Amino acid sequence: MSRAAIDRRRFLASAAAAGTAASFPTPAVSQKAGPSLAVIGGGFGGVACARVLRKAIANATVTLVEANATYTAPPLSNAAIAGIYPLDHQRFGYDGVRKTGVAVALSAATAVDPGKRTVTLANGTQLAYDRLVISPGVAMRWNAIPGYDRRAAEAMPHAWNDGGQVGLLRKQIEAMDDGGTVVVSAPVNPARCPPAPYERASLIAHYLKTHKPRSKVIVLDAKDGFTMQRLFQAAWKELYPGMIEWIPPSSGGSLASVDAETRTISTDFDKYKAAVASIIPPQTAGHAAELAGVADRTGWCPVDPMTFESKLVSGVHVIGDAAIAGAMPRSASAAQSQATICAQAIAALLAGRQPAQPTLSSSCYSLIAPDYAISQRGKYRPVDGQYAEADGGLIVSPLDAPRSVRKREANEAEAWYRAITGEVFG
Amino acid sequence: MARTLINVPAKAKRGEIIAIKTLISHTMETGFRHTNLGVRIPRDIIDTLICTYNGEEIFRTRLHPAIAANPFVTFHTVATESGTIGFRWTGDKGFSATASAKITVE
Repeated sequence: MSRAAIDRRRFLASAAAAGTAASFPTPAVSQKAGPSLAVIGGGFGGVACARVLRKAIANATVTLVEANATYTAPPLSNAAIAGIYPLDHQRFGYDGVRKTGVAVALSAATAVDPGKRTVTLANGTQLAYDRLVISPGVAMRWNAIPGYDRRAAEAMPHAWNDGGQVGLLRKQIEAMDDGGTVVVSAPVNPARCPPAPYERASLIAHYLKTHKPRSKVIVLDAKDGFTMQRLFQAAWKELYPGMIEWIPPSSGGSLASVDAETRTISTDFDKYKAAVASIIPPQTAGHAAELAGVADRTGWCPVDPMTFESKLVSGVHVIGDAAIAGAMPRSASAAQSQATICAQAIAALLAGRQPAQPTLSSSCYSLIAPDYAISQRGKYRPVDGQYAEADGGLIVSPLDAPRSVRKREANEAEAWYRAITGEVFG
Repeated sequence: MARTLINVPAKAKRGEIIAIKTLISHTMETGFRHTNLGVRIPRDIIDTLICTYNGEEIFRTRLHPAIAANPFVTFHTVATESGTIGFRWTGDKGFSATASAKITVE
């Protein structure tokens, strides 16, 4: 235990004693002081990691830093957009994680000093850490599509990493007239949850078919192919014949610009006037990654696959969407799995043990109608320093399954959602 | 016939610099790949795109095996007079495709 570490802990204690907005459950330096661990980001990765750290390291002080008191969960949010679930179905608070003994600081992180090992919050608190975990999710690359900035997102919601945006898109879909065109744009990879734009198009088509049957959905894609494409396209043909048109770049589908005032989307060869447009722009690691300097030139964060420690900044671990994790998709399930491995590795490192060889898993359900879902599941292990598919690779729903299988997967999707949100936020 | 997309402004001012965009669906098989059985897949690419403005050639480009499938070519020209802008793609195995667009210059 270095002298510097003890000083940091004293600093933490003084911050807590000063009665700042961050509430610490127990005096941080009572009895024998354990390690101080900070986690930035209150999504699936961050909260899961804080909980496992709390459990795995008995004498640790674990602080979760998150700007918002309410979290809107992205999985199944497309169903909330399409009116299948109420918005509350997606909303979670931090009481559950607080009860496990994790301190929750409801304030944005404004600075990270990896040299001094401190995090500064918007409310003025400074947290000292021995190990920092960042689970920042994704940030939008504004103006990567000319004309698509924060303001344009109010008129053409991405509804991707922001609860307010999810509600906004739902409202716009509800308010549109029958006969209108809904445009969904799908981004380049890497991006959060690769099948989600196509799930969104499907569920919006479900809503339109039920309520506004003369309307249609156009998907403008930045890619010439997408995950589970044959499954999606077969389902579209079966459930929504003639309602969903997918336009890849080879048919002129890549976006050239958008005009928020008129909701006009221009490709290199055409213009689309949308009644509702959901523009999902290219993405990069969330803002906290930038604060800590853990993103490389790609905009994403290279990590050691054994521990998820940053390859650029020591003492800082990056998990979830922001981390470069090879073949793993960017999903809530992947983030939760990475969070557990990362927390166990931190426990091992602090105890002077070698972290165990990790196996990660990810499940990803896509709802195409309330009673029709498809999925892909995979296990991943590090091979040559990066995660690769293990145990026979991905398990994807069969192409020729009867409707009973699709219905069962829809039930599994809801059960999976209840389970993961219960484990993380319950 | 391969599917083509072209974007030529319908109207322009005399002397204005205009952007022209073209896309054609084509596999652009390099000739360097082999099947699982080791049989070489013969080269099949578009090697030339020629653009004419009222019959006069204004742009020509050579494409090579390194060009990806569905070649997208964009370039600029000066709008001089009303008329037709024509495009002709040619390549291996006697490939040929044409497209054209009208432009009104004021």
